Amino acid sequence: MSVTNAQNAKNDDDASRRPEPPEPVLRPGSGVEKRRNLGVGSFILLGVGAFVFLFPFYYMLIGSLQTAPDTSIFGAFPNPANITGANYVQINESINLFRGLLNSGIFTGGVIFFTVIFGLLVGYALAQMKFRGRGVVFGMMLLVQMIPFQLLLIPLYVMIVRDYGLADSFLGMILPFAINSTAVFVFRQYFLQLPSTLFEAARIDGASELRILWQIAIPLVRPAIVTAVLLTFIGPWNEFLWPFLVTKEQSLQPLAVSLANFISNIAGQAGNPFGAILAGACVLAAPAVALFIFFQRQFISTNIGSSVKG
Amino acid sequence: MSLRSSSGNPVTGKPAGGTADRRLVPRKRKNFLGPQPLGLLFSAPYVIYVLAVLAFPLGYAVYISFHDFFFTAPRVKVDRPFVGFDNYITVLSDPAVQRSFLNIGVFLIINVPLTVGLSLLLANALNRITRFKTFFRLSYYVPYVTASVAVVGVWLFLFQQNGLLNTLLGPLAPTPSWLVNSWLAMPTVALYVTWKQLGFFILLYLAALQNIPDELYESAAVDGGNKWVQFWNITVPGVRPASVLVTLLATITGANLFTEPYLLTGGGGPDGASASPVFIMYQRGLLQGNPDVAAALGVVLVIGVLLIALIQKRLVGGKED
Repeated sequence: MSVTNAQNAKNDDDASRRPEPPEPVLRPGSGVEKRRNLGVGSFILLGVGAFVFLFPFYYMLIGSLQTAPDTSIFGAFPNPANITGANYVQINESINLFRGLLNSGIFTGGVIFFTVIFGLLVGYALAQMKFRGRGVVFGMMLLVQMIPFQLLLIPLYVMIVRDYGLADSFLGMILPFAINSTAVFVFRQYFLQLPSTLFEAARIDGASELRILWQIAIPLVRPAIVTAVLLTFIGPWNEFLWPFLVTKEQSLQPLAVSLANFISNIAGQAGNPFGAILAGACVLAAPAVALFIFFQRQFISTNIGSSVKG
Repeated sequence: MSLRSSSGNPVTGKPAGGTADRRLVPRKRKNFLGPQPLGLLFSAPYVIYVLAVLAFPLGYAVYISFHDFFFTAPRVKVDRPFVGFDNYITVLSDPAVQRSFLNIGVFLIINVPLTVGLSLLLANALNRITRFKTFFRLSYYVPYVTASVAVVGVWLFLFQQNGLLNTLLGPLAPTPSWLVNSWLAMPTVALYVTWKQLGFFILLYLAALQNIPDELYESAAVDGGNKWVQFWNITVPGVRPASVLVTLLATITGANLFTEPYLLTGGGGPDGASASPVFIMYQRGLLQGNPDVAAALGVVLVIGVLLIALIQKRLVGGKED
């Protein structure tokens, strides 16, 4: 460490303020090297953890393919004599899987659409435009994240379902989730990172704000849009309580709602109830898991973590 | 929309007189709304949305809770007399409601420490690991990104009377089984939610761990501190703000509990042993048609969460503020 000693002493004070600390010099036997190398104990901890986290998903798939539910230890391994696709057919007869997926898609797509369009507008305004009341809008955005849904449940139900008659409609489903303040925050953070001189120059050249947003700002923050879409996708795709309250008509229910109704009402009458439930569960889980694995880089970069943390 | 009102005199407060000042006045008036007044227009959809879909219902909830409120057909005018604290008295003296608060207490006692402890330990290990990094991170996030309704299915399968878990436990298996046992139903729900949400909290801790400078660990290692000493003296204090946030969010998750008991224990069974306050809100408010009582329960619940959050901030927050 003798080479970097002098530098270290000088930089000690502002080490925490530096945006990116220099890559530590890895050398055998140095403290940093020890910290980076995991002990066997930690590795076992992570391994056991991964098993506990992944096994139910594996078991979900195995169970969905079993002709008769096998809850013995051998049931956790694929058995060619006990494999069938009949459970998928059975669940599809009780609840229309395609219709459910389509409804989930419309609901989720609507939420993402409103979140991105209005989130980009207000995020850009908060980060790069100076206007009266900006502080109020910003404060509002911070406050909104603390509003508890338990308080809104009853009044929103009264308003949306009873007063506006939006029960059994996609608008009624989408409305409470239409603008996600966390996404607004993500957009604002990304727009803040862009140099304001860029926008000043465009303004002097006579570009309108909308044009600046569309042609300069948005192309530069594409990763923010991906982050916001991923962040927003999980919510409505997995949401149960609100669409469950709003939709009584089966042809409009998102898959999560119709599958839940199957679990609590109909499953008992099915020949192989668990097989059918697990088959439905696989269909509901697959799109989110696939999207997540495809975009894992964006999830794992801890961007989402730090943006949620604020 | 008081934000956009341009009434009021922009020049007030500025020292009067002076030719230079007077020349500046017209320019200032033009910029009363700021150099880019279009920002207001850009913010307008969001502001209107927040006021109409979040702020107004918030006040409406309190209004409903203080009135004799019942469902009517749309646009029917009925008299909804003010009843003071009647709904609050009804709700607080209801044994089912008391039981649901007890249940949520059991839930929080199991869920919050487990969440904080496990997510910090796993995030710490994940932060140091160099091999199989992606695989481990992926495996921890998968339950978080998957719909609760989907994974509830497999837990029902695993935890039923003759399920795989009881097969493995053999004679140690509880009777009645986990989710239909009035002592074990709520703890099982709490374990399920911990498992389901952990990936999100690991993500928060991973972000917080990035902010601890490497130099601290370096100097601790030079001073001969082993990994446990480093963990307790550098990592744990270093992520304290994240710990405050994690405890708060885990508490809010607990107070919002609905889907899990609704599906895992068939709506709060056995005998209300796993009913959550939000489930009671649904039952009383929407199934039995007493939205006023349900709204009062919502207000009580939120006040409870705020109190718990304050206490937690005191306990975990330490010298943060």
